[in-house]
Amino acid sequence: MSIDKKTVEYMAHLARINLGDKELEKLSTQLDSILDFIDTLKKVSIEGVPPTSHALPINNVLREDSLAASLPAEKTFSNAPSRKNNFFTVPKVIE
Amino acid sequence: MSYEVVIGLEVHLQLKTRTKAFCGCSTEFGAEPNSQVCPVCLGFPGSLPVFNLTALDYGIKVALALNCTIQEHTKFDRKNYFYPDLPKAYQISQYDLPLSKNGHIDVELKQGPKRVGITRVHMEEDAGKLIHQDDYSCVDYNRTGIPLLEIVSEPDIRSPEEAYQYLVTLKSIIAYLDVSDCDMEKGSLRCDANISLRPAGQIELGTKTELKNLNSFKAVKDALNFEIMRQTQALDGGVKILQETRLWDEKVQQTISMRTKEGAQDYRYFPEPDLPEIKITQEKINEVKSSLPELPHEKMLRFTKEYGLSVYDAGILVYSKADASYAEECMKAYFSKDKKAVANWFNGALLSEANARNSSLSGLKVAAANLIELIGYVDREEISNLTAKVVLTEMIDTKKTAGTIIKEKSLIQISDTGALDKIARQIIEENPKSVADFKTGKNNALMFLVGQVMRKSGGKANPKVVQEVLKGRLTNA
Ligand SMILES: [Zn+2]
Repeated sequence: MSIDKKTVEYMAHLARINLGDKELEKLSTQLDSILDFIDTLKKVSIEGVPPTSHALPINNVLREDSLAASLPAEKTFSNAPSRKNNFFTVPKVIE
Repeated sequence: MSYEVVIGLEVHLQLKTRTKAFCGCSTEFGAEPNSQVCPVCLGFPGSLPVFNLTALDYGIKVALALNCTIQEHTKFDRKNYFYPDLPKAYQISQYDLPLSKNGHIDVELKQGPKRVGITRVHMEEDAGKLIHQDDYSCVDYNRTGIPLLEIVSEPDIRSPEEAYQYLVTLKSIIAYLDVSDCDMEKGSLRCDANISLRPAGQIELGTKTELKNLNSFKAVKDALNFEIMRQTQALDGGVKILQETRLWDEKVQQTISMRTKEGAQDYRYFPEPDLPEIKITQEKINEVKSSLPELPHEKMLRFTKEYGLSVYDAGILVYSKADASYAEECMKAYFSKDKKAVANWFNGALLSEANARNSSLSGLKVAAANLIELIGYVDREEISNLTAKVVLTEMIDTKKTAGTIIKEKSLIQISDTGALDKIARQIIEENPKSVADFKTGKNNALMFLVGQVMRKSGGKANPKVVQEVLKGRLTNA
C-alpha cells in the first residue's frame, strides 16, 4: 500500500490542518511506512478469531436515566474564544 | 415520457428520555441557552460518554414496533465532520452494526394497504442549534447529545401522498409507544426525503436528490410534488439530474440547490473507542416485546372484526391511542350490535367539535355514557341528527347531560301524525305552486314543502313523518 501526496493533502483538508509542501512530502513518506507496518499485521492468521470492534472484552456499560449536574455558565464559557450572552459565537457558516 | 417516482424517507426522532444519550444533562426543551451542557456533551478532553439505558430500551421498542430484527451485537461509531453545531467534531452514530434492520410498516392508502420496508433503525446523538445573525452565528449546545433514532425507509414509496401516509402511520405508532414527543415544531421529529424518477418499466434507479428543511408532513408532500415536476421537466428536456441536497423553501414553494463544495462527504466512520459494544439478548428482546402496547394497525384490524367497522372508519379511530380507547369505551357501552353509528359520531360531529376547539376527541371530556345517551335519542328518533349536534355542542360547553338539555329546551321531536298533519295542511294551503309542481312530478317540490313544515315546527318535526304526512295529503288531494 502506498500513499501519495495527493491523498495526504486530502486527509489534511478533512482534518482541517494546513500543511506546507515540505510537510506533505515528509508525511507521505512517513505515512507510507506506517501503512507498511500495518500491512505486516495482515499476514497474521486470524482463522477462528471472531471479529471485534473494541479493545476491551466488556459490554453493556450503561447508566440509569437520572439527572446529573450540568456546568455553571462561567465554567462552560471559561475557554470559549468568543461568546455573546449565553451563546458561543462562531464565524457565520451556512451549509 | 411517463416516469415512476421512487421515494425513500429518513426520519430523525428525539427520544423522550430525561437525560441525554451519553451524559446526565437534562433534555428539557426551552431552557436558557447552554445551561444543559457538561464536559461530555461539550466534548471536553478527558470526558467519557456512558450510554443511557432508557434510550436503549426505547430504541429496541421502536425497532420492534417497526418489525425490525434486533442485532445481537451493536456498537457505536464516530461520524467525523467539522461544523460548529458539533463540539467534538464527530457525531456518535452507528455505521455497520446498527441496532436493527429489515423491518416494515403497513400503510393504509385509499387503494388499499401497502407495505413499506424499513431498512434500519439506528441510534445516534443530536447536534446543537445554530442561530444565524448578520455576520456571525450563535451556538446553543443544549440539544447536543439528546438521543435520536434514525429510521430509514426502503425506497418503496411511489408518490408524495404515500410519503405523507407513511409519516402519519409512523408517527401514530411512535406515539403509541410513548417514547417521543413527535413534535415537528419543536424538532423532536424531523424528516429528509430522497427522490428519483425513472422511465416507467426501467429497473435501474435514476439519480436521486435529497430534500431537507421539511418542517411539516405537508412540507414533505409539497416539496416532493415540486421535485417531481422539476425532475420531470429536466428529464424531458434531456437535462441530467445532479445528485445533490436541495432545501425546501416554504415561502417560494420550491426546492433550492445547496451547492455544496467539491466532492461527496467523507465521514471516515470508525468504531467509537470510548463506548464498549452492546449485546442484546433474546431475553431482553422478549421482555421489551411483551411490554409493547397493542399497535394502531392491530387495533384497527381488531376494531373491524369486533365492532364491524370499515377499515376507513377504524383507521381514523385508532390514530391516537387515547381517542381509540375512548371510542372503544363508547362502542362497548352502545346497546346495538352494530357499532357503525358510534364510529359515525366519532368521525363526524365529535371530530368537528374537536377540530373547532383544537382538542383531541377524548379531550372534549364527554363521558362515554353521556355520548351513548345522546346517540340513543337519535336512534329512537326522539331528536333529529341536526338537533343532536346542537345538543352535543351544549353538552361540551355546559357539561350537562343530553337528557337534561333536551328536557330544558324541549327539543323532543314531534312524531305525532295528528299534530304534524295540521301543519302540513296549512303549508299546502300556503304553497299552491309547489303543490302543482309536485303533481307534475317535480320531487324538489316535496322537499321544499318538507322544509316549510320543519320550519314551522321550529325544527322539531320528525322529517320522516312529515314526508309521509305530506305525501299522503298531496296524492289523495
Ligand atoms: Zn452533558
